Amino acid sequence: MILGKVIGNVVSTIKAKGYESKKILIIQPINPAGNPKGKTFLAIDAVQAGVGDIVLTIDEGNSARTVINEPDTFTIRTVIAGIVDEIAM
Amino acid sequence: MKLGRVTGRVVSTIKVESFQGVTLLLVQPLDEKLETIGDPIVAVDTVRAGIGDLIYFETSREAGRVLENVMNPCDAAIMGIIDDIYIENKK
Repeated sequence: MILGKVIGNVVSTIKAKGYESKKILIIQPINPAGNPKGKTFLAIDAVQAGVGDIVLTIDEGNSARTVINEPDTFTIRTVIAGIVDEIAM
Repeated sequence: MKLGRVTGRVVSTIKVESFQGVTLLLVQPLDEKLETIGDPIVAVDTVRAGIGDLIYFETSREAGRVLENVMNPCDAAIMGIIDDIYIENKK
């Protein structure tokens, strides 16, 4: 799983099958201290996350199907699976 | 998924059977500020994107599943056309 921060969202009307009525957010990967690290990517939101939230993202197809609870959607790979409250170190 | 911009069309006559009738587009990956990152890739298009369109694409096995014939060698596909992007203002 990848720790990241939601920095924005993407509005899209024309989508491939499987993506209809799903929210797409822009994620900046971060390190445990909260500093940006690496390139941004897009993820489907499954937990009603919003801009500014620290989230857990999964970049793997089978896990993504499980998270969005749609076993027959084969085109989605990246999803947000949780909102992080606190990172204790 | 990653952001990208369609920069060209790829025309191919002789190709594998599962790619017959499939549109192939040249996609330049972008970062959140819409600045170029890395080299352009060729992606399958099922959403009828055009040159200049801002899109998002997915790579790996999930990309091939957008085609009817799932036994295909596709490793990148355009998943949608972007109307707008909203980014939080960084302080």
